[in-house]
Amino acid sequence: MIRLFSGDGPRSTILALILIVIGLALAFAPFLFPGVRALETAARICIFVVLAASYDLLLGYTGIVSFAHTMFFGLGAYGVALASTHMGRGFTALGVGTLAGLAAAVALALVIGLFSLRVRAIFFAMITLAVASAVTVLASQLSAVTGGEDGLVYQIPRALGPAMRLDREIAGVTITGKILNYYVVFAISLVLFLLMLRIVNSPFGRVLQAIRENDFRAEAIGYRVVRYRVTATCLSAGFAALAGSLWAIWLRYVGPGTTLSFEIMLDILLMVVIGGMGTIWGAALGATLMVLAQSYLQNLMALAAGATEALPILSRLLDPDRWLLWLGVLFILSVYFFPTGIVGRLRARAAR
Amino acid sequence: MTAMLLETEDLTVRFGGHVAVDAVSCGFRAGELTAIVGPNGAGKTTYFNLISGQIAASAGRVRLAGRDITLLNVSERCRLGLGRAFQLTNLFPGLSVLENLRLVVQARRGRGFSLLRLAGSDREVTREAEELLARLRLEALAEQPVSELSHGNQRKLEVALLIALDPLVYMFDEPTAGMSLDEAPVVLDLIAGLKARTDRTILLVEHKMDVIRSLADRIIVLHNGALAADGPPEAVMASAVVQEAYMGRELEDV
Ligand SMILES: Nc1ncnc2c1ncn2[C@@H]1O[C@H](COP(=O)(O)OP(=O)(O)OP(=O)(O)O)[C@@H](O)[C@H]1O
Ligand SMILES: [Mg+2]
Repeated sequence: MIRLFSGDGPRSTILALILIVIGLALAFAPFLFPGVRALETAARICIFVVLAASYDLLLGYTGIVSFAHTMFFGLGAYGVALASTHMGRGFTALGVGTLAGLAAAVALALVIGLFSLRVRAIFFAMITLAVASAVTVLASQLSAVTGGEDGLVYQIPRALGPAMRLDREIAGVTITGKILNYYVVFAISLVLFLLMLRIVNSPFGRVLQAIRENDFRAEAIGYRVVRYRVTATCLSAGFAALAGSLWAIWLRYVGPGTTLSFEIMLDILLMVVIGGMGTIWGAALGATLMVLAQSYLQNLMALAAGATEALPILSRLLDPDRWLLWLGVLFILSVYFFPTGIVGRLRARAAR
Repeated sequence: MTAMLLETEDLTVRFGGHVAVDAVSCGFRAGELTAIVGPNGAGKTTYFNLISGQIAASAGRVRLAGRDITLLNVSERCRLGLGRAFQLTNLFPGLSVLENLRLVVQARRGRGFSLLRLAGSDREVTREAEELLARLRLEALAEQPVSELSHGNQRKLEVALLIALDPLVYMFDEPTAGMSLDEAPVVLDLIAGLKARTDRTILLVEHKMDVIRSLADRIIVLHNGALAADGPPEAVMASAVVQEAYMGRELEDV
């Protein structure tokens, strides 16, 4: 199905199996892993797969470094939050907010791109850093509009809220609005992911790769390189904004910490690098692993710390508060052992 | 007399105090293959860079089919018909051989901006790329990443990218440099084949005199950035200015 759709399969049996497991686990998450925490994690994975893939479109396929990806994510999220706050709960507000966020993100990407991609790629990186920081500051300062540091809490349609319960059970699980909400997130994420997979395997996607490989020659065979780069930037921003809107619909809360923060920007970068740049599949894998690690590494470490209580140093190293340290170690190890990312490594194995 | 397809008028570029190309005025007719010779550092590659737009002229004009293109950028000039192959191989290393060629064919046909088709689905583009691969005898390497090709095959592909572009003006910069003795003839045959297209013009920077003798209709000599001689091959090769341009060094092969 994927092959027909994009012509770009996982190209490795192990990778295909892992991806199928991830896909199935996400598709049946509410039934396989009951509980609020698991569902939160599953939704987070769906959304971050889209977000990381949209970043890979820019970093991995076009070779452009941007630090403004969370800004576009945030625009989508704040769009939904503001619309829901001012228009009242309802699907109209979700639609209007999503479209407004999308339009704002694409327009801003267009301006930044036209202004800076003509010059040099490094200039673009610096401009995105500056604009993203400015937007983060604005979001925390304009508390009358954005709720400042506290962010915005708003209501979404009842049908998607936890209070809504169907009288039916499926496989022993009561269907709540939260589960419906999860399937909205899952379905839209899946569509967005497949769309990006399609785009990177289109003639347009090949030109992006050509530009990444050798922009000088791409120009010399007649491609309008700036136009392609700007388009890729706008696309990437648009997908990030849509992921942000989903995030806002899922969380019913939007604040600087959950959408705009620099930590999230780093997470996205790590997801793409660990998974394998320029493969889209890698973004899916990287996002899944990172979110799982963030959600469960602390638990795992609490267990390990408990088990090693007799050994003071080890036990202290395994203290759940040190989880970030271990994440860092994991990152260094993975970059060291898989410089082309997990996907690159698995494909190289399969090709042998 | 046929009109000039490509003309440069007092074309000049200075790097600091150094004049790399010095007021070169020269016209190139359709149906003609012009060899450009001159010692190392004479300004041949720089002259190409000025024509195809990689560097901006300090003075002078470039005209393509009568149109002044001096202020146009590289990709605009390319779309008007200026095609360039590079002295230093300049490919898309991470992509396959076939993909490199497809990218060129796709560029010429203006099909790069479609986002929802599949890259391989454009049969015409693929067929054209595959035909060219066959002419280069590179079919077996179609799916190889270019970075894994031998130097000789990369040079071949460099030439193939220009041929795939099908421009009005072909600019080859030492196309056979670094090729083995059995690889060079394949490339030279391809270039010779282009002479059948009488509405095109070919510029060829080349050091090997036997190649020039068999292909060129005309030779121009650059020396210290200036046009030092221009005429039919026999006359130019015999002239004192060529001997001087090569600073006493005999042209290769003789
Ligand atoms: N971008 C540049 N900046 C400064 N100097 C340059 C630049 N490009 C070329 N030059 C100088 O211009 C002169 C001409 O160089 P060019 O590469 O055109 O020579 P060439 O005739 O192609 O030589 P070769 O036969 O070695 O390829 C050289 O002295 C070179 O150092
Ligand atoms: Mg040269």
